[in-house]
Amino acid sequence: MCVKCETFLDGLFEHGLLIDTGIDGLYGRGGTFERVVTGLESLISRYGDEDQAEVVRFPPGMNRKFFEKSGYLKSFPQLAGTIHSFDGNERAHGALLAKLEGGEDWTADQRATDIVLAPAACYPLYPAVAKRGPLPKPGLLFDLQSYCFRREPSKDPARMQMFRMREYVRIGTPEQVTAFRAVWLERGREFVNDLALPFDVDVANDPFFGRAGRIMASSQRDQGLKFELLVPIESVEKPTACLSFNYHQDHFGTTWGINTQSGDVAHTACVGFGLERLTLALFKHHGFDTAQWPAPVRQALWP
Amino acid sequence: MIEAIRKLVDEHGRMPVPAASLKPDQDLYAAGLTSFATVQLMLAIEEHFDIEFPERMLNRRSFASLSAIAACFNEIEPARLAS
Ligand SMILES: [Zn+2]
Repeated sequence: MCVKCETFLDGLFEHGLLIDTGIDGLYGRGGTFERVVTGLESLISRYGDEDQAEVVRFPPGMNRKFFEKSGYLKSFPQLAGTIHSFDGNERAHGALLAKLEGGEDWTADQRATDIVLAPAACYPLYPAVAKRGPLPKPGLLFDLQSYCFRREPSKDPARMQMFRMREYVRIGTPEQVTAFRAVWLERGREFVNDLALPFDVDVANDPFFGRAGRIMASSQRDQGLKFELLVPIESVEKPTACLSFNYHQDHFGTTWGINTQSGDVAHTACVGFGLERLTLALFKHHGFDTAQWPAPVRQALWP
Repeated sequence: MIEAIRKLVDEHGRMPVPAASLKPDQDLYAAGLTSFATVQLMLAIEEHFDIEFPERMLNRRSFASLSAIAACFNEIEPARLAS
């Protein structure tokens, strides 16, 4: 570690791996950081390629109507990010500039657009799949990657507000979907072993909002719907979820009207890779200089 | 008590079966109660009986059956009257 750097985040800035923007959780990425992300993505692909997932890439914004229907606001209103924009006339523009000049709040007059920031890479997928009609018999499998937004400013570099998530999403019968998750729980362990990172796999819950959220969280845990692969980054006591394995049961199938060929509501599951978190874990455990990383790790990332 | 809860389950539980058909100890989740509906049911019970579920009861088990819900109520109610 670097002696003059107070924190891990300072070290990342100091070494040009991340670039400070003045906002906690919003960072630029340096070339070396990106080379690691690219290496991780190709390693993930080497694990996933044999399943021949359909590759789809959505931008980090999604249709607001789809977002509203997804139920995200019921569970995570505190994390959502909406895109607002100016749509006034010249007089309104003058008022905006006057407020800006006077140091007043100019944002109250911005209007919500029909776009919101994607909270997870898989959210825009379900409505697109629903449009296709009933699933083919073997179900569907997708390979996604997108920047995602979650409003949780923090000094912990592993808790960014804008970050990339790589996902495989399985849509099919409960048997197809749970089998998919079981396979990835195994592959996830192997994958992190390739990176020579210490880890634990544990049952988990999403950060559901409020008192009602306590029930949702307890339900998710009791039913074992979410597992996380945790790697210590900022703290050993509170390790960071770098991979998550989520079984949504029929939640998205019911919401979007996705049916299997036999007419039953489709179940869904996804495995998500936090690309920045994995990259940070590598810098944390193997040091800021990638040339000094263990040879097998370098081989895995850049064969 | 159970009957009052049964009525709220009918109104807010979005169950595929009528609550009248449920035995007091029957597993509501197995009978089709979803997590989202559990939340709606919790809020409806709080409003109807003018009670507040304490944090430690905000979990899946508290709503697992009609009698489990009644047991929560019986635990909250005396505490409320005493305070
Ligand atoms: Zn997902």
